This record gives sequence, C-alpha cells and structure tokens, in this order.
Amino acid sequence: MKAAVVVFPGSNREGDMARALTQATGRAPSMLWHADHELPAGTDLVVLPGGFSYGDYLRCGAIAGRAAIMDAVRAHAARGGLVLGVCNGFQILCESGLLPGVLMRNANLRFVCRMQHLKVERNDTAFTRQYAKGQTIEVCIAHGEGNYEADDATIDRLEGEGLVAFRYCDSAGNVGGEANPNGSRNDIAGIYSDRRNVLGLMPHPENLIDALVGGTDGRGLFESLASAA
Amino acid sequence: MKARVVVTLKSGVLDPQGKAIEGALKSLGVDGVASVRQGKVFDVELAGPDASAAKAQLQAACEKLLANTVIENYQIDL
Repeated sequence: MKAAVVVFPGSNREGDMARALTQATGRAPSMLWHADHELPAGTDLVVLPGGFSYGDYLRCGAIAGRAAIMDAVRAHAARGGLVLGVCNGFQILCESGLLPGVLMRNANLRFVCRMQHLKVERNDTAFTRQYAKGQTIEVCIAHGEGNYEADDATIDRLEGEGLVAFRYCDSAGNVGGEANPNGSRNDIAGIYSDRRNVLGLMPHPENLIDALVGGTDGRGLFESLASAA
Repeated sequence: MKARVVVTLKSGVLDPQGKAIEGALKSLGVDGVASVRQGKVFDVELAGPDASAAKAQLQAACEKLLANTVIENYQIDL
C-alpha cells in the first residue's frame, strides 16, 4: 500500500493521518503539497486530511477543491484508485465533485467536538473489510459544518445503491435521534462514490489508533486499506 | 467595469444561520420580520469594457467557484 497525504494551507490533521497510515501499512505516506500537479508513481491511496483549508473561506473545502493537485486526484479516482477524505477532506471531496452533496453548518450552529459512535453499513469495501457489517465503532468528531445535505434524488440513489458508509448512532447501535450530532440527512456520517473507491467521512478514525489516547476503533479502516493493495 | 454577484441559498435548503439571525432580530424587538435567509455578495471589478464578455466571465466564476450550485443560486448584476 503506497499512500499519499495532500497538505493544503490550513490542513492540521495530516500528522495524525500519516501516523495512522504508517502504523497500518508499515511505511510512511508521501506528503504532497496542494500546488503539486502529480501523484508519486504507484500511489494506491490519496488521503485528504482534516483541518481548515484556506481558513474555510467562501465555503468549507471550496478553494481546496479547485487546487492544482485535485486534477491528479480526480484522474486517480477515475482510474479506480482509492481516495479517502476525512472531515475537511470530506468537504473538499464534495466541493471537487468527487462525491455528491454538500456539508452544511451543523443544525444547532455549534462546533461539536466529542466522542461519537458510528454504524458500519457494509464491510465489503476496501475501507471497511476489517470491520463487521453493522458493527458499532467509537471514534471522535470535531466539526462545525458536518450536516450532510443533498437533493432527494441523490439521497435516494445513495441509499438505493448502498453508498452510505457510516451512520451516526449511540453506544447501543441505535441510529439517529440524539446520536446525530449535526442534523445530517439520514444520519449520514460518510459516503462512498459510485464505485466505492472514494470515501468521505466527517469523523476522525485516524485519532483512534492508540489505546493510550482513547481507543483503537479507527484502526480497522487503515488496516482494511493496508490489505486492499 | 464593476459587477455585483449575489449568491443565495436555494429555496427549501435549510439555513440555520438565517434562522439564528431571525431569532436575534425578534429578541431585539425588531418587529415584522417573517423570515431571514443569509447569502453572500461579491463586488467584482473586471478589466475589459465588454459587458457580454464580462457576463460570460462572471457566469464561469459562479459555476466554477463562487456558488455551489447544489445548494445555491447566483445572480449577476453589471
């Protein structure tokens, strides 16, 4: 597994992401700059980390979504290459057209920073093989704009084609209600592209890879990726 | 040439910020406010003198960056 992490001005989770990838794959990812035009030869996975690219100016992820490196990321995804976007990375994937919909301001207008349970919707993808279908995992969230919205036709398509990756749930696995931290449609925490080679999610699995700092439920995602290529 | 681009949320898209502003106006005693929707205004200065070319450039700017057409409409005033 050869991974590359794209750093934009204002990214701040790239170090956590690199640590999680190194732990799972046994090799450090390449760190790319937003102004680069090419991915390193043989890149299997491109990761867009969390943070506040361009200070969230205009709309979260809007300017990063049009950065020079994104043409190479789009071409990589079109070839079937793996792309992971976490938090601001998810927002960038939506703004760049790699995933449908948009992340809007949290319904309660508050920045939420807390532990959060998620339900794994399916475990037959490159990102989730090391989890069980329907498994409840505990990771963390830290965002002000995580309220996933799309038009009804898009939501129907995501649901009908099994493109919802994770949903917000409580510790018992009950989806939605009080467990939905941001008002996201259908309690969506993460979605796949049509071919399931692109995943965007608001929560931070890269921060839950060490028992010393809260848990290891995030490891499954990186171990799945490590075994995917 | 000066132009103004106004970007607004499409109707039906939930606008929590507009709702909060609406509530704040009510609590300030500003009467008669039925609802508030928040948008963005861009004042753009264009180099060329040709209005139709300017309109096309601004349309491209809106489609490519200024508006997210999934949730927003835009209006160009020259």
